[in-house]
Amino acid sequence: MASDGFLEWMRREGRIVIVGASLAGLRAAETLREEGFTGSLTLIGDEPYEPYDRPPLSKQVLLGKATADRTALPRRMALDANWRLGVAATGLDMAAKRVRLADGDEVEYDRLLIATGVHARPWPHEAEADLDGVFVLRTRDDSAGLHRRLMAAPRRVLVIGAGFTGSEIASACRERGLPVTVAERAAAPLVGALGGVVGQAAAELQREHGVDLRCGIMVTGLEGDSAGRLRSAHLSDGTTIDADVAVVSLGATRNTAWLAESGLGAGPRGIACDAGCRAFDVRGIVTDDIFVAGDVARSPHALFGYQFLSLEHWGNAVAQAEIAAHNMISASSDRRPHLWVPAFWSSQFGVSIKSVGVPSLGEEVLIAQGSLAERRFTGVYGYQGRVIAAVTFDQTKWLEFYQRQIETAAPFPPAFPTVDRRPEGLRPVPADFPDPSLPTHGPSVTLSGYSPTDRRITFTPARA
Amino acid sequence: MTQGMLLRQITDHANRADPYPLYAELRKTPVSQQGDALFVVSTYWEIKSLLHDPRISSDARNLSPQAAGALPQQEEETTALPPAFLKLDPPEHDRLRRMTMHPFGPPHTPRRVHNMHGELARIVSDLIDGFGDRDQVDLVDNFSYPFPVTVICRLLGIPREDEARFHSWADTIAASLDPDPDQDPGERLRVTQQARTELGMYLSGLIDERRGAPGDDMLSALVTDHGPDGQMTPIEVLSTAALLLIAGHETTVNLITNGMLTLLRNPDVLKRLRDEPRLAVPLVEELLRFEPPVQLLPQRTTLADIDIAGTTIPKGASVWLVLASGNRDPQRFLDPDRFDPDRKDNQHLGFGSGIHNCFGAPLARLEAQLALTELARRLDNPRLLEDPPPYRQNAVLRGPRHLNIAFDGFRA
Ligand SMILES: Cc1cc2nc3c(=O)[nH]c(=O)nc-3n(C[C@H](O)[C@H](O)[C@H](O)COP(=O)(O)OP(=O)(O)OC[C@H]3O[C@@H](n4cnc5c(N)ncnc54)[C@H](O)[C@@H]3O)c2cc1C
Repeated sequence: MASDGFLEWMRREGRIVIVGASLAGLRAAETLREEGFTGSLTLIGDEPYEPYDRPPLSKQVLLGKATADRTALPRRMALDANWRLGVAATGLDMAAKRVRLADGDEVEYDRLLIATGVHARPWPHEAEADLDGVFVLRTRDDSAGLHRRLMAAPRRVLVIGAGFTGSEIASACRERGLPVTVAERAAAPLVGALGGVVGQAAAELQREHGVDLRCGIMVTGLEGDSAGRLRSAHLSDGTTIDADVAVVSLGATRNTAWLAESGLGAGPRGIACDAGCRAFDVRGIVTDDIFVAGDVARSPHALFGYQFLSLEHWGNAVAQAEIAAHNMISASSDRRPHLWVPAFWSSQFGVSIKSVGVPSLGEEVLIAQGSLAERRFTGVYGYQGRVIAAVTFDQTKWLEFYQRQIETAAPFPPAFPTVDRRPEGLRPVPADFPDPSLPTHGPSVTLSGYSPTDRRITFTPARA
Repeated sequence: MTQGMLLRQITDHANRADPYPLYAELRKTPVSQQGDALFVVSTYWEIKSLLHDPRISSDARNLSPQAAGALPQQEEETTALPPAFLKLDPPEHDRLRRMTMHPFGPPHTPRRVHNMHGELARIVSDLIDGFGDRDQVDLVDNFSYPFPVTVICRLLGIPREDEARFHSWADTIAASLDPDPDQDPGERLRVTQQARTELGMYLSGLIDERRGAPGDDMLSALVTDHGPDGQMTPIEVLSTAALLLIAGHETTVNLITNGMLTLLRNPDVLKRLRDEPRLAVPLVEELLRFEPPVQLLPQRTTLADIDIAGTTIPKGASVWLVLASGNRDPQRFLDPDRFDPDRKDNQHLGFGSGIHNCFGAPLARLEAQLALTELARRLDNPRLLEDPPPYRQNAVLRGPRHLNIAFDGFRA
């Protein structure tokens, strides 16, 4: 069959299956229909809910300004699709082109999109994680449960981990007037994402709002009472904190366990794909019929030295889903690369934080506008003499400019004057990121066999 | 035609009624130099990017002497008021704008504009009632002009009994923004200055009063609010109030008048608006694209050499951003010369963009939506008596000076 004949048939009556019925899954499905796909479309999701939006879960929902069951994602169109909600995909047979489901069913596909996202990394001690009052925050149910508990006026909330989600939770608690302690292993909040210089500003912001912020510290154990309710937490400096709610915000792990042994290049750090969202198999060979999008994907970005980036950004999930959907039903010459410049937003303690580019690649940071002390500034990150990222605290409107600086590999530090340049913005300083603990991401493989025709790969994913 | 001639044609009153073919010509050179130190930017993406460029200043003190000299003589506010935030850069701009936003909009006062809905509707319907038994009116003098002034009075908290005085100062000051070649400039300056001084004295009296006995109007909030930025000085309150008055006024007049003119030229859309009032929302957005009340921003200057679209704009140059031309850029908008209220993805430049984007946009939108819907609903068989109507002199704040319309009577 001529390949464009296949494509014709595929667009008209092919079968497309999407695993992961959330932001990326929904937007991909809509894009497929918008671009004229008329075949059968199946969305598989392990949550019982129609696709909903997660960013409000750590913000408006915890403040009672929205309820967790009212965060359904707006639909761009009426979608003609088979929804398989409340059932997880448990396996993939790449040769037979089949997805296995938890209820024993199997679904065949001609093209598959994997958009299974991530899940919150749980508290490592299972018994302690099971205590009443210990939460993670990823899903609608998590958020509803936590909100209910915050309504019950706990004596103190402990947030473990001061990344974006943890910081937003702490902010919501303070806005509700609840005493909150934040324990963070690094020297400041948001250090992993934005570095120590900006992290210090975030630390002051938290303290100003009455957060009991403890940095450079680890929670070593959670302790419950005889009824199994959380009572206190022990810290690595020997102190103990009384708290009846603890929210574990230690980052996320990719939902790829169901792909183990499928032969797909999928590990705890995600599924590697090419710039067109086509997944790699464990041999490093790109697949023709399996695509990935959203938080679960790891894709090379031309602007950042073709590094494989895994992003947990709302905007990335949408953009990547649209590209994946387009490419699934397009001839190779019509495929488009996913060239989205990473961008992220957060709001906490009344401040709107936004970033573009990849701050964590930055070696140095320059406060190009505004001032750290006023918590209103634009920080520009430099990497090997070029602008690689920017972050704003309450200065969103300048971000577009710096995005263009990143896109055009503009020199760093910027040589030109700008409005609102302060003395502190005259010289860049080290951005102060912690040493990356692992030099490279991703699954590792071992090789066996001696002749070229005989060489085999064994897949041994590293732990996340 | 040289680019220099183009600019002269655009500012020439003879072309006021339809400057759009000239803009199309202008767009052939996205960034064009006009004389020594003046650069005109006419394409959408270039305007957008400069509006977000921190190397662009709104503070005239950053103009090179050469550029400042080359500028058409602007009538400076001769009262001793400091420049309002419109003409300032961060951080002063941000601070003053924030303090003004505090009592006006989200997050602190999210409902101020929304809550004015009923009052605005009443003002609109009173004005239409005021057409009496005429079957012909000048919409500018009888409707689109008095409406925003009355609104700004209510917003600031000008007592009803003072509104008439306030209107006449506002008219005089607004007229001064609209250079009239037939009038003696010296005389006009004198009249304008007097109006400014009287308005200033009136406002400072009112401000003192409000400090003692605050109401829930914006002036009271500006003098009593203690936000994180502290409090405005009395002189800052005064210059801010003056800015709100002028900016919230000349522009809305034109938005409403241009709107009605466009509707009368597109009777099918006018009829649709009558039948489905919800059309007002996208319709006003399309108007802001199609006939923006602020046609260009002439008050920007460069802090550094800026390379854009193959041209280097040198430091200290004066930059004109022709918003109305960007709004008709075929690279950005499909079929841009078509008025299409159903247009998708309508990110027009009607309110500017970036840190100086129109402060009063939510109010202006609501005013225009209410005004046009109600005119469409109440007037029976409205039609233009003159097309094109006579235009104001002003090329920046462009709009008809009169809009004479006839109709067959009123609907309930
Ligand atoms: C509390 C919170 C706040 C956030 N705030 C922001 C923010 O302010 N700004 C921002 O840019 N981003 C934010 N994000 C991130 C953003 O929500 C994600 O980037 C986005 O949801 C990613 O979409 P996705 O579809 O790739 O993955 P997900 O939304 O994680 O969806 C994946 C779906 O697949 C399902 N699934 C997993 N495994 C299986 C399986 N085997 N079978 C079937 N279904 C499966 C999952 O249950 C889930 O429903 C936030 C996230 C959270 C949790």
